[in-house]
Order: sequence, then C-alpha cells, then structure tokens
Amino acid sequence: MYRSLFPRDMFAEMDRLQREMQQAFDLSPTIRGFGRNGFPALNIGGTPQTVEIYAFAPGVDPSSLEVNLERGLLTIAGKRENALAQDDEKAAIHINERFEGTFRRVLTLPDDADPDAVTAKYRDGVLHISVQRRASSQPRRIAVQ
Amino acid sequence: MNTNTSPRVAERAQLARKEDSARYSDAALTPPVDVIEDSGGITLYADLPGVSRDKLGLHVASDTLTIEAESALSVPEGLESSHTEVGLARFRRVFTLSKELDTAAISAELKQGVLKLRIPKAQHAQPRRIEIQAS
Repeated sequence: MYRSLFPRDMFAEMDRLQREMQQAFDLSPTIRGFGRNGFPALNIGGTPQTVEIYAFAPGVDPSSLEVNLERGLLTIAGKRENALAQDDEKAAIHINERFEGTFRRVLTLPDDADPDAVTAKYRDGVLHISVQRRASSQPRRIAVQ
Repeated sequence: MNTNTSPRVAERAQLARKEDSARYSDAALTPPVDVIEDSGGITLYADLPGVSRDKLGLHVASDTLTIEAESALSVPEGLESSHTEVGLARFRRVFTLSKELDTAAISAELKQGVLKLRIPKAQHAQPRRIEIQAS
C-alpha cells in the first residue's frame, strides 16, 4: 500500500527486492497465509518480554475499532468511513486511493503470548498493541548440580 | 543449503545494511490520497499514520504543493522486527497545482493521521453566470 516512487538507485532497489523475496520464501507460511498488502498495514516485532504490533489505520473511528485475542489469534477489525460520500453531487473525484469500508486482519501470536496482559493505544492513526509474554516462558538458567 | 554463519559474511551483511540506510536516507513512502474537486475548490485527504502536527511540512511553491512528513512510533527498547509492511518513517508526495487555485488560502487539518487540505479556487476563477442583455 505504501510504496516509494522513483527509487534513487535502481540496482540497490533490485538487490533489496531480491533479499526480500528470499526472506519471504524462507518463512514457512502459516495456514492463514501471508496477508500482505491489506488495510491496515502491520509492523510486528518483539522484545524478550512483549510482542508489539503496530497497525497503520489513520482516520478510523475508535469506537468501531475491535481488537480481539482468542487462543493465540489476534484480530484487528473496524470500519473507515468515506469522507467523499458526504460531498455534493457536482463534485468530481480525481483521485481515490485511500481504503474505505470495513476491514479485518488476523495474525497468530506466539505460544507464550499472555491474553490477559494486552494493551492497545490509538494515537495519530496508529494502533499500537502490546502483548506481554508469559512470565513462565521467560528464558531461565538452570543450575547444574 | 549453506547457512551464513561465517563472521566475514555477517560483516558484509552489516556493511550492506549501513550502506543501504545511507542510500535510503532520502527515501520516503508515497501516502495514498483522495482528491475531490467541487465548484469552490479542491479537497485533498492524505493518509499519514504516526504523524503529529509538528512533524508535518506543507510547502507551496508557485505551482507545486509538497507534502512531507515524518512518523513517530513509541517503540520499546530492544524491539526486534519480525514483519515489516511499513518500512520507512518518512512520507512525501508532490502535486502540481493549476493556475486557478488560490494557494494563499490553503487550509490544513491533521486528525488521527489524516491530513485534510482545502484549496479554494481564486475568486476570479469561480464559476459565474454572465448576464445577457437584450439589446
């Protein structure tokens, strides 16, 4: 959805694309697929204590946003209203690239994600979800007697 | 299948990443926009997630409108990315404006990452009905 026009260096861009392709094939795809290029775009990362998810969903009514975590499956759903529909009849739409309508994206969280310790903040159009990892699964050193 | 474990290869990969970031320091994402024109002017909506007012730049040259913005996310320390769909923190998009738009009267509003611009048409360019007098 967000692509950069006119890359400055064609060779570096091809190189980067090739590395990205290789990465894509290294992953074993989940049964729910890759789900790329959906709305909202997602960035997922983690620290040793948490799993962090950033959903880029500007202009969504927070009351329509739904975040559900069930059995390791995180669902982000909501609705984005179309601002264009309110304009008068004689208006001409020149460009219409922004997503409009209901959306739903689903992702699987790792086994150590704790569904009781989830926070979600919506700021500047980014939904930031933070899931704590279960304490018992933190790496522990085992003493050898 | 060979695995990249040798220190030589790891060093090269790190160097490539540094070179990449220098080369891509000007790279920016193209935000999706909606543009509607009515009789009074043009309304533009742009998706700029993660952008707050102080990180948004709007520049108007004689006939060019440039939207530039930087997004900021609250990132905990030690975060390692596993899946990245938005790989850059910068947005840029340039538009050519036609002559009848009144660039001095542009109004802008940024709410929850959505930029709304209103560019009215110059007074002389507004549609006007011309009276025909019977002679």
